[in-house]
Amino acid sequence: MRYPLFAAVAALTISPLQADTLVVLAPDYFGSSWGPGPAIKEGFEARCDCTLEFRTGDVLPRLMLDGARTEADAVIGLNTDMTLRARETGLFAPHGQSLEALTVPVVWEDDTFIPFNWGYTAWVYDSTRLETPPASFAELLEREEISLVWQDPRSSASGLALLLWVDQVFGDQAEEVWRNLAARTVTVTAGWSESYGMFTSGEADMVLSYTTSPAYHIVAEADETKAAAIFEEGHYFMAEVAGVLEGAANPDLAQEFMGYILSPEFQEMIAYGNWSYPSALPREDWPEVMRDLPLPEVAIFLDEDQAEARRSPALEIWLQGMTR
Amino acid sequence: MSDPARQARALALLFGGLVAGWLVMLNFGALGAVTWRAEGLSALRGSDWAAVRFTVLQALLSAGLSVLLAIPIARALARREFAGRGLLITLMGAPFILPTLVAVLGLLAVFGRSGLVNQMFEALGFARFNIFGLHGVVLAHVFYNLPLATRILLQGWAAIPAERFRLAAALGFSGRDTFRQLEAPMLRDLVPGAFLVIFLICLTSFSVALTMGGGPRATTVELAIYQAFRFDFDMGRAALLALVQFGLCAVAGVIAWRVALPSSLGGGLDRPVQRFDLGARGLRLWDAALILAGALFLLVPLGMVILRGAPYVAGLPAEVWQAAGRSLMVALGATAATIAMTLALAHAVLALGGTRGAVLEWLGLAALAASPLVIGTGLFLLIRPLANPRDFALLVTMLVNAGMAMPFALRLILPDLRAEMATQGRLAAALGLHGWARLRIVTLPRLRRPLGFAAGLTAALSMGDLGVIMLFAEREGATLPMQLYRLMNAYRQDDAAGAALVLLAASLALFVVFERWGRGRAGT
Repeated sequence: MRYPLFAAVAALTISPLQADTLVVLAPDYFGSSWGPGPAIKEGFEARCDCTLEFRTGDVLPRLMLDGARTEADAVIGLNTDMTLRARETGLFAPHGQSLEALTVPVVWEDDTFIPFNWGYTAWVYDSTRLETPPASFAELLEREEISLVWQDPRSSASGLALLLWVDQVFGDQAEEVWRNLAARTVTVTAGWSESYGMFTSGEADMVLSYTTSPAYHIVAEADETKAAAIFEEGHYFMAEVAGVLEGAANPDLAQEFMGYILSPEFQEMIAYGNWSYPSALPREDWPEVMRDLPLPEVAIFLDEDQAEARRSPALEIWLQGMTR
Repeated sequence: MSDPARQARALALLFGGLVAGWLVMLNFGALGAVTWRAEGLSALRGSDWAAVRFTVLQALLSAGLSVLLAIPIARALARREFAGRGLLITLMGAPFILPTLVAVLGLLAVFGRSGLVNQMFEALGFARFNIFGLHGVVLAHVFYNLPLATRILLQGWAAIPAERFRLAAALGFSGRDTFRQLEAPMLRDLVPGAFLVIFLICLTSFSVALTMGGGPRATTVELAIYQAFRFDFDMGRAALLALVQFGLCAVAGVIAWRVALPSSLGGGLDRPVQRFDLGARGLRLWDAALILAGALFLLVPLGMVILRGAPYVAGLPAEVWQAAGRSLMVALGATAATIAMTLALAHAVLALGGTRGAVLEWLGLAALAASPLVIGTGLFLLIRPLANPRDFALLVTMLVNAGMAMPFALRLILPDLRAEMATQGRLAAALGLHGWARLRIVTLPRLRRPLGFAAGLTAALSMGDLGVIMLFAEREGATLPMQLYRLMNAYRQDDAAGAALVLLAASLALFVVFERWGRGRAGT
């Protein structure tokens, strides 16, 4: 009698451990109740009969520090400017998904990383303080009375996007452009949140943010005074991506999660969860507030190799222009 | 030396040695781990040297101005009695314990483009002024550190025995004589240390310097470290920059140590101070003006933080309150650790004396110059082979906070402990008081004031600390400053303002509780 009893107890104690758990490394914003994390967890758990566990923090530094010892099965929330370094860790496996459903405005044929949302960097203004926004980057340069606050390309992803944006649009003239911008730049902050806070409290006419930023103010605050200036030259494209780790304890589950990311359910939710455009949903199916926002016509995008090649020289030019 | 005395000395050295070991690991072990992981140091660039120059310049200006302004303000506060003086002194300490981001937003609400001062200027027909630039960096750092300098010097004034002022009055000293004979030696003793601490705080400034500096001209070494880590993944360069930061700290430490002269005012009987030389009307007005100006400069930005956040406190999400509870636990744990470690280290410094004591003292200050990023990453690398660092997130945060707060605690406690040894040491030895009994009966009551102040500072600082936790924490382990950043990053500026107010209130409450305890009169 003792043996079966032991087995029953063992089965009872072990079974919760055997229930599949998918561990996903995610940026800090997945950890809060107001971020996209809870909805994704609930949605995926309903279909996978498993537990989804987000490990939040600074994704890429963590992955690099942990290396092959990472306990995660998958990663979500890497920026397009980090994918090269993430790829070079050799920790990633193919995602195994068809990319046909993608609706991003650039060609995307990556078999390692899947974009799950995207956006354009843009200068956001308050229409009560700036009645007619510039219609192009060139016009912004002419209107020297417009004050600006933005992020340092050395410490912020959106700041880096601006760096590459100017580099692509103005090429050889970039140093001139930075000198022009420096003259009416209120300040450059380490992160996006400091800039944005300064903008909303009236420290500058325009802030470097995203074309989707006004959606938050419209939905959460019923405030329609914030808008993004749409420039003729085009806007810099940024996406956030997900991928499967080579050493995943649950590779099938990780792949299933990749599939879930491309599903309409996930895609319809991400717009509100992260205030950005869905990556695999036709524009007519976007939430109304996103659909109604003006959308830039030209996407400027550097793939990771080009971006890496331009990053250092563009930064040198930026430093020259900004400090002289 | 008698046997119990020898035992006490051995104990002091043992505990002091343990603390020193932890500090060495925190400061140099972490740096070593990063260097080892990077497989060597890599070269610095031209822009890194520009960052070093700017860092030193702004730190010198900020520390110099903070101390210079603190002298007359502390002097005025020290020699005047008025209703609400205690409360005013407590509140004026608040900027120092604010999370830097909150402090900057408060400052901008006053000095920014659409801040109070510019609105006033505009109404009066003056041109608006621009706060961003080197002067903005210095303004922010003075706002942040003037309270600390004032408090350190106030302690100095409080430590001048009442008998000296009586003697001065009996001898018919003029104000200048009193300053030259009593106050100047005290300043000579304390000012170098205060300057050093503030210089080191400003040395590791990053976000404040960049934001208030108006752009990449205001790049500090800490920003260069951040860039090396996050954008270049060049740990070798990060480690080298961290070494440069240590070098600067060491140089500053040696200079301050050479300049400081222990004052020789001797002991007294702890009578309440009576001043007989302050009746003149001009002097009264002068002191009142100084106190008012200092209070306005420090308190108006705080008032703006309160006004901005107050409407949103009630509606904050539950997890903000949970995080507040967690931060409170970390703060209390860090406080207990800091006080215990500082007392141990201070006793060991005095037991060793001379150059060896000075080296130990410097070790206690070194954490100020350490880059939080390097410490966090280094500890992570050190713990990783043994266990999952994330299981220890709160414990590590607590211990690191204790190491980071120790420089302040040591600065506050060491001079008084030294004085206590000098004035009461012989009596205690003659009475055969040693070890724990001596600590309980003689030392702790006499150190109550600096202990309370140091505990208040530590608790408040670790309440607002964002440093290492970011690398370690999991979703469930978020602290209040982390939640504040999360709210800001999710556009929720109003909730963030509410959370900032909660953070301010909690930090201030912790500070006040400990500090009040310290101010209870010691029963001698």
